[in-house]
Amino acid sequence: MALAVALVVTLITLISVGIFVAKVYWFPVDISTHGAAMDHQFLLTLIICGVIFVAAQLGLAYFVWRYRDKGDGRKATYSHGNNKLEATWTIAAAIVFIGLNFLGYNIWAKMHFTGAAPGALKIQVQAQQFAFYFRYPGPDGEFGPTHLEKVDDAIGNFFGLDRAHDQASKDDIVTATLGIPVNRPVELILRSQDVEHSFFVRELRMQQDIVPGMEIPIHFTATEEALKHNGGRYEIVCTQLCGLGHYKMRAFLQVMTEQDYEKWLQTQAAAQ
Amino acid sequence: MAEAHAPTAHAQHAPQGFIRKYIFSLDHKVIGKQYYFLALFSVFVGLLLSILMRWHLVWPDAHIPLLDKLSPVGAPGGLMTPEYYLSLMTMHGTIMIFFVLTTAPQSGFGNYFLPIQIGAEDMAFPRLNMLSFWVTLAALLTLLSSFFVSDGPPLAGWTAYPPLSAVGSVSGPGEGLGQDLWVISIALFCVGALLGALNFIATTLELRTRGMKLMRLPLTCWAWFITAIVGLLSFAVLFAAGVLLLLDRVGGTSFFVPAGLIVSDKILSNHSGGSPLLYQHLFWFFGHPEVYIAILPGMGITSHILSCFSRKPIFGYRAMTYSLMAIGFLSFTVWGHHMFVSGMSPYTAFAFSVMTMAIGVPSAIKTFNWLGTLWGGRLRLTTAMLFSIGFVSLFVSGGLSGLFLAQPPVDVNLHATYFVVGHFHLVMGVAAIFAMFGGTFYWFPKMFGRMMNETLGKIHFWLTFVGVYAIFMPMHYLGVEGNVRRYSTFIDDFMQPLLPVHKFMSIWAFIVGGAQLIFIFNLFWSMFKGEKAGINPWESTSLEWTVPSPPPHDNFAGKIPVVYHGPYEYGVPGAEKDYIMQDSPEVVAESH
Amino acid sequence: MASTVLTPPKHRAPSKSDSIGGNGHGWDGDGFGGGRGEPSPAGRPIPLHAYRMGMYMALAAILMVFAAFTSALVVRRGISNDWVPTALPGLLYLNTVILLASSATLELSRRALTAGRGEAFAQWLYATLVLGLAFIGGQLLAWRELVARGVYLSTNPSSSFFYLLTSAHGIHLLGGIGGLIYLVLRARRIVSAAKQRTIVEIAALYWHFMDGLWIYLLLLLTVRS
Repeated sequence: MALAVALVVTLITLISVGIFVAKVYWFPVDISTHGAAMDHQFLLTLIICGVIFVAAQLGLAYFVWRYRDKGDGRKATYSHGNNKLEATWTIAAAIVFIGLNFLGYNIWAKMHFTGAAPGALKIQVQAQQFAFYFRYPGPDGEFGPTHLEKVDDAIGNFFGLDRAHDQASKDDIVTATLGIPVNRPVELILRSQDVEHSFFVRELRMQQDIVPGMEIPIHFTATEEALKHNGGRYEIVCTQLCGLGHYKMRAFLQVMTEQDYEKWLQTQAAAQ
Repeated sequence: MAEAHAPTAHAQHAPQGFIRKYIFSLDHKVIGKQYYFLALFSVFVGLLLSILMRWHLVWPDAHIPLLDKLSPVGAPGGLMTPEYYLSLMTMHGTIMIFFVLTTAPQSGFGNYFLPIQIGAEDMAFPRLNMLSFWVTLAALLTLLSSFFVSDGPPLAGWTAYPPLSAVGSVSGPGEGLGQDLWVISIALFCVGALLGALNFIATTLELRTRGMKLMRLPLTCWAWFITAIVGLLSFAVLFAAGVLLLLDRVGGTSFFVPAGLIVSDKILSNHSGGSPLLYQHLFWFFGHPEVYIAILPGMGITSHILSCFSRKPIFGYRAMTYSLMAIGFLSFTVWGHHMFVSGMSPYTAFAFSVMTMAIGVPSAIKTFNWLGTLWGGRLRLTTAMLFSIGFVSLFVSGGLSGLFLAQPPVDVNLHATYFVVGHFHLVMGVAAIFAMFGGTFYWFPKMFGRMMNETLGKIHFWLTFVGVYAIFMPMHYLGVEGNVRRYSTFIDDFMQPLLPVHKFMSIWAFIVGGAQLIFIFNLFWSMFKGEKAGINPWESTSLEWTVPSPPPHDNFAGKIPVVYHGPYEYGVPGAEKDYIMQDSPEVVAESH
Repeated sequence: MASTVLTPPKHRAPSKSDSIGGNGHGWDGDGFGGGRGEPSPAGRPIPLHAYRMGMYMALAAILMVFAAFTSALVVRRGISNDWVPTALPGLLYLNTVILLASSATLELSRRALTAGRGEAFAQWLYATLVLGLAFIGGQLLAWRELVARGVYLSTNPSSSFFYLLTSAHGIHLLGGIGGLIYLVLRARRIVSAAKQRTIVEIAALYWHFMDGLWIYLLLLLTVRS
């Protein structure tokens, strides 16, 4: 029985780690400027946790096998513990865990403690059961005001714009796809019309809840890498339980060259 | 029989009659069993729900037999609707977390064994104890009744985030009466949990027998005690959150619902200015300590069993108690790590992240000490011991994935994916369940006077141990790939290549589900047909093993024990036997 | 370090000097030596200090409920611009005086009990009960005044919190009134048996706590950020 425990625990450990080491399953391609640092932090954590994981599991397996009761009348070692050992592993664990955390501090700070670069492309994202819509300010660079009572999904007025009266709304462009130019800082302003949603693009290494009653800004820059895969098209999924259609709530991010983007925006503007 | 009415004389008489003895009993042992069976019933309901979910996930077009009988609306012709999937998920989470993980290890085993282990005849407040069980049962029935309301059980998840959970049926099916029942059930559960917690604390502090110093308490008692304190402080906050949520739903208030919502093409003009994040803070202020409420008793039980079957004192008893306290304290400072992507201030997120890494330290200390206990031992690999070894293995696996989720920049890409599902199932779900299995095999002889079948127990262990790794380990890989949780079907191309992994997990879920029938059979068969158990079949040291199996009505038949030793005096050199009972007057020169 | 094991002489009575160690109550004690209360169903009397500990724990839980409400109020008031303070009915201040008076009468009652004046004990207890009921009645009248002004639960977040906090406090105080009624019914037995007095102490603890809680809630509702 002891041997069985030792073997099974060892096997589980090796298979679990092996699949990670062989990268059978891994993150999708990274298309953001900030993603590489995140992936690096993940890898670092994986290595540290991997070492602890293997050591602890194999230690467990070895002890179970080594110290099994063989019926030879050997008595167990009588020990209540060892204070020096306790202090050592407490301090070691504290240094490793908290140190690891501080290594990731800069990544988080860069993403959140500073705003978007001046001149970033501003786009509003509206989430609602069960779709995303995007609004570009148009040539005037200003979002027109929204009016609750004007919201009418049937005629495509998702934001509740009053184009007839509001000057700033006249050139606003509303789309169902998030088109962005490559290499240009983008700032998204996330808002929800009904319940909580979340904005998650795996390849952008970006996830943020969308909270009703709040406007949450996030910023990022897509790299050239984005153009090399999937024709620049990536899935935006909702990751916050929002009701029965949650599983099919998604939209697409389309990364384009600067010229393609301008062209695309004009086509979208013409369709308003 | 005039003297029989005198308050103290002859009061040892057990109550007569079935109702007083088994139903409205004031005996902590009966109440402990009632809690245990409530949790056992709940865990099978929860397990069934998860099997239905796994079935639907990988064969979305499958017609599940009999499901349409349970819910003609939720599963017409046996085909599950997306909203019914979410309802099953919500009910699975709620039942498992509250009525299994919070109930069995703490209220079940704790009620039965805390008084005996500290040398008391009962809990401090037996009537309160009975009340807390019946309130908990009422909470369970209230929750289950939501299966039978017209627009179905709630679907907002066990976290029930507003506005989805707060605006009523306008936001979709399941959000009508079903969600009301959910909130009421949770509020009732809180009341039961609070009454239980104060009883546990008062009992531990005030009813210890002579010689039972705090530093002689078995680690099980320490764990139940700390858990009770954590529960007392956190369930009160959940209760408050539940009241506010219910008022938003039925009282027209706006604690959590902001202005200007348009739900199902309707402008919700009766709400203004509420904050969904406020709810999340209140919920997780409870929610994270809750995780430790689920796992701390399991840690106590595992420590107890490991020491007994290693025939060796627990390694670092003091470090074990201090780390329990540290976990209990720190558990109140880490709730924000559930909210890294919630829109909370990123500065706050970083602070929470540091605290979360800090709580990993006492958890690591516990793991090291468990390994230290095995080191140099003389291991008797009974089923109880196997489940405890399994607990350590699962706790390590599930705990380490927490180090990823504790770091905001890493969490961003794993949040709301199967990585999280794998993490919490291993570390608080399955690990805690393993502690319950361990506790069941260890204490069954005491509770029922008979032994459980070891062969069946070992078959059950192996299938479950390998099975849970096969189910929950792949979830980490799926999470890294970006597989989002809480989806009823994977419609997009992105998920399709991952379906074989899901099929693998589902098949193992069926196997593990089936393996639990072995346990059930073993449990009930042994209750009636098992080999008769002696007073101390495991050669354990704590006080419950000094009394007959099962113990008499007042535990010690009027002879209150006196305690001379710590709880883990195994393998003492020179002692008469391999172990020294806590109440044995044999004197050991303390040798720490 | 090796340990030595000695087998003590049989039937040796445990004494302070052997390995039993120091026993007391609470954090470092055992269950013996204190006052004995009512017998548990299993027979052994539950020490009275267990009741006190139980009440402390109950108060801690209640305190946490109100702490949660408080943080909700502070956050809710801070984040939005729809908060319109609700002018509190003047009656609340009279109610406060009544409640404070009830604490005073309860203290007088306790003092009478300690002094062995059973009659006075019961009379002050009745007075406390009447004042408590008067407070509840006064709170209901205060609600009616708000309703007459057209201020309901859902009118404004400030009124939501007003009704929430006053009713949560009121429900808890009703529990205290239940306790007082119990004391009144048992007054004679309490006077005759000294060990029954802990019940009075525990009830008083709860009552004064509710009193203090009300003062706190009143400040919370009146102080504007």
